[in-house]
Amino acid sequence: MKLVEHFQYGLNSPICLTWELTYACNLACVHCLSSSGRRDPRELSTAEAKSVIDELQRMQVFYVNIGGGEPTVRSDFWELLDYAVTHDVGVKFSTNGIKLDETRAAQLAATDYVDVQISLDGATAEVNDHVRGPGSYATAIRALENLAAAGFGQPKISVVMTRQNVDQLDEFKAIADRFGAQLRITRLRPSGRGADVWDELHPTATQQRQLYDWLVAHGDNVLTGDSFFHLSAYGEALPGLNLCGAGRVVCLIDPVGDVYACPFAIHENFLAGNVRSPGGFQEVWRGSELFAELRQPQTGGACRSCGFYDSCQGGCMAAKFFTGLPLDGPDPECVRGFGEQALAARDADTVIPKSDVDHSRSAPRNSRGPVPVSIGMRPDRACDESPLAGLRVPVAGI
Amino acid sequence: MSTDAPVFDPAVPHRCSPRVALRPEPFGALVYHFGTRRLSFLKTPQLVEVVSGLERHPDVHSALDAAGVEETQRPAYLRALAGLAANGTIEERL
Repeated sequence: MKLVEHFQYGLNSPICLTWELTYACNLACVHCLSSSGRRDPRELSTAEAKSVIDELQRMQVFYVNIGGGEPTVRSDFWELLDYAVTHDVGVKFSTNGIKLDETRAAQLAATDYVDVQISLDGATAEVNDHVRGPGSYATAIRALENLAAAGFGQPKISVVMTRQNVDQLDEFKAIADRFGAQLRITRLRPSGRGADVWDELHPTATQQRQLYDWLVAHGDNVLTGDSFFHLSAYGEALPGLNLCGAGRVVCLIDPVGDVYACPFAIHENFLAGNVRSPGGFQEVWRGSELFAELRQPQTGGACRSCGFYDSCQGGCMAAKFFTGLPLDGPDPECVRGFGEQALAARDADTVIPKSDVDHSRSAPRNSRGPVPVSIGMRPDRACDESPLAGLRVPVAGI
Repeated sequence: MSTDAPVFDPAVPHRCSPRVALRPEPFGALVYHFGTRRLSFLKTPQLVEVVSGLERHPDVHSALDAAGVEETQRPAYLRALAGLAANGTIEERL
């Protein structure tokens, strides 16, 4: 059996998990996948976060992707970072750069097992700030300058691909080269506030082809979080696992300790449990009914008869779910156009699910109180944040 | 794990690198190297047994014997172990 086939049945521990430390954010990006803005009063305390790290160490989760919100606005962020790396849990954290002044940059440069990922969604201030807000381009560039000056080795620049920035791919690469950084590009998903702007921002069919061609030409040195495998149906498979890792090798711990199948699926249908419950994260990972279902082989549904199913695997569960498409049908951005047809076929009766978790500063407070966990529609599969993003994986084959 | 790594010689004693952690998984084990921060995988439980048993044997061949690796599988296992030596998962034991 190929390794990927083993992965679909799940692992004892995640290979890599995303942990969002806070819903608080100084920005209000229009496409924020976690609808962040305000801190949630129920967020894990420092002690609780440390006990999660202890548990990750016991479970041999060797690194986590930390995000938010803006994780660095937590006053205990640096303490937790140190705690993680001294407990054999390496950290890659995503930030808009707001706290990365010269002092912090120097501190990071002196710390092992830390990767920094700066978000930038336009190669120019005009394009970036349109999505991420005024001043955010300058903040990101300043952080990159500080890291470079401090001698921090190869930060990542993380770009969500939109209709407005696909044409800037070469410019993004040039920015990365200028700062000794590595470029990472990922797919825009209709998750969180992204649902409100997806129609306007997601790349056109022509741009998808352009993106694919660019990746085939330049992909060797560019990380993608494995998020474009729906484009593999154009022909050549893109580098990556080509496996939906949700609940299998990947999951999300949100700021209040809720565990979801994937970072793009903050919705009660994909909620597996909470790290505060008896047995903690390990019990959720190993015992959750939802995850057990996600670890079944997927069926393919309406896509099964398509000759390209093996390469695209039906695309992204979250993209389908949050556009109101059936989970066992085509991805909304199916390169053969079936997704567009499915979107066009939606009618007044189509229910487009909305997350009930919203910490946008414009939203009412306490969008979700204590809610009984009910699992309704089950996903056929869920996708992304590749477990292996950015890693070269030598496999000792037999 | 660079170009100056010695050629893999199964006749000499080896061990799993002390900078490596093996995490048991249904297919075998996940390997994490704290030095290179690379993940890799041991694709069979038997290979896990060989790798973790290396330090108890005078050479690689006897570790393969002890794990019960069949003769027909030897070349494949030796190739896999050579790969593991090249990426620093296993190393010569002095």
